[in-house]
Amino acid sequence: MSEPIIQVEDLCKVYPAPGGRRVEAVNGITFDVADGEIFGLLGPNGAGKSTTIGMLTTMVKITSGQVVIAGVNVADDAIAIKELIAVVPQITNLDRSLTARENLLFHAKYFGVPKDEREERADELLELMALRSRAGDYPADFSGGMARRLMIARALMHEPRVIFLDEATTGLDPQSRLMLWHKIRELNEAGRTICMTTHYMEEADQLCDRVAVIDQGRILALDTPANLKALVPGGNVVELRTAVDNAGLADTLRRELTGLENIETEENTVRLFLDRPEQGLLEAVEVARIHDVELESVKLQPITLEDVFVGLTGRGLRE
Amino acid sequence: MRTQFTTFTAIVERDVRVMSRNLPDFLTRIGVNPVFLAFIFGYVLPQTGTIPADFANVMLPGILGITTLSAGVQGTAIPLAWDLGTTKEIQDRLLAPISLRLVMLEKIIMGMFESWVAGAFVFPVAYLIMSDNLSLELTSVGRLILLIVLGGLAAATLGMVLGTVVEPMRFAMMFATIIIPMVFLGATYYPWASLSKIPWLQYLVLLNPLVYINEGYRAVLTPDIPHMPFGYAVLGILVSTALLMAVAIRTFEKRALS
Repeated sequence: MSEPIIQVEDLCKVYPAPGGRRVEAVNGITFDVADGEIFGLLGPNGAGKSTTIGMLTTMVKITSGQVVIAGVNVADDAIAIKELIAVVPQITNLDRSLTARENLLFHAKYFGVPKDEREERADELLELMALRSRAGDYPADFSGGMARRLMIARALMHEPRVIFLDEATTGLDPQSRLMLWHKIRELNEAGRTICMTTHYMEEADQLCDRVAVIDQGRILALDTPANLKALVPGGNVVELRTAVDNAGLADTLRRELTGLENIETEENTVRLFLDRPEQGLLEAVEVARIHDVELESVKLQPITLEDVFVGLTGRGLRE
Repeated sequence: MRTQFTTFTAIVERDVRVMSRNLPDFLTRIGVNPVFLAFIFGYVLPQTGTIPADFANVMLPGILGITTLSAGVQGTAIPLAWDLGTTKEIQDRLLAPISLRLVMLEKIIMGMFESWVAGAFVFPVAYLIMSDNLSLELTSVGRLILLIVLGGLAAATLGMVLGTVVEPMRFAMMFATIIIPMVFLGATYYPWASLSKIPWLQYLVLLNPLVYINEGYRAVLTPDIPHMPFGYAVLGILVSTALLMAVAIRTFEKRALS
């Protein structure tokens, strides 16, 4: 891995709250992002992901700690940082008074991109983001997916070295999400470093080279998705679904199964984390049969980052 | 610094383009109130004998003052409050390679510019409507221009403060509680000197920047009507602008950065 392009050291953000309280939104996080990497911050809403991105992108004041991007300290030279980065925020912040193409052109102009270059780039990016036919329309008429693609096009107009995507696919339909994943991969293959936040485990898993699992303002684990999933033993999860709610089954399994690491229950579903899941599946089915519990389905599923998150926090990503 | 200047001019160009697209809307929004004031107080009521004909001379500077104030405040405050509070559209400029203070200054300059356009539109229209009853005596073109420039700056700076403090949902409330009292207590419909019969009010209204703008216009356009010395009017505008600017720098940065 080459020299990191982003270095974050012991970063904290404390907001004053009513009644003289202090809310620690980000609580001493440290990580590096390598040049050319897709780096993900995975965590539930309110974990501190957006605040972290805000501090990395000069939009949120740093309480303590430091951020260095391409050798420039964010606290020392916000203007130089802004030249290096682009931000695609969670909410649509397109300029509604300008057409799609004008959004791109003015953005490039703010960054001093010469006229010929910005016109050429705008047309290329509209094509790339499948927005060419809508170039003269105002973004108010755009769907969520189109607006997000236009914001990504806008982010690329000044050729930033690092692109920050904050919950880039939240609220999009599955088709738009897949298209966006594809575009993000293409950008990365073209050499851009991408730092993204998400609360979708499959997004972090599919896209990111490395993922920091973040909760309550702290990083709980940081590694490649494969290594993170290896934190949960067994590689697979056994999932049993019963026809009717059966709280007793979990207790019975806990008593009678060998090599059980963890067990999760949710309504009619029991998820078993086992040393040897393939063998455990057979045992679990046998236990259910002996105790006359009617099973609706039995599945052997690969470990997901959601399981990793649950393993680290005891809670689900969407709770 | 060179790139910050490039960025600054690009942002100005963006605002000028948007403004020119909305020009008919803008002139309607800004022109209806002063044109009706001119029509009723400068034509209808003198014509019907309800008020003396020379009241038009008292009203014209006031009409210019209201136009300056409302165009400057609206030009800055309304788009800014929506941008910062709801649409977040201004983020693309906050993330451009330029200091936040220059982004703020650009917004003030645009509000000031809108105030001039409004003044340039309303003055001739009001003049034509009221001309039968007017006897203007323009003492100095230079002073008139200075007044338009400074009045617009004061109004736009006030707009910057209001736009960064008041949520868009509370704008109707802001107009009712801040702008309307400013207009009625701004020596708009009467010369400031006439308040000498109510001394507490005469000194209290000196807190109102519109008093200085209106009195300045009186000094330049209708010198026969009692008015504040021109120098005091300009000083009043400058001091209120400086105070408002000091507040605006804080409130803008507080809203732009969290």
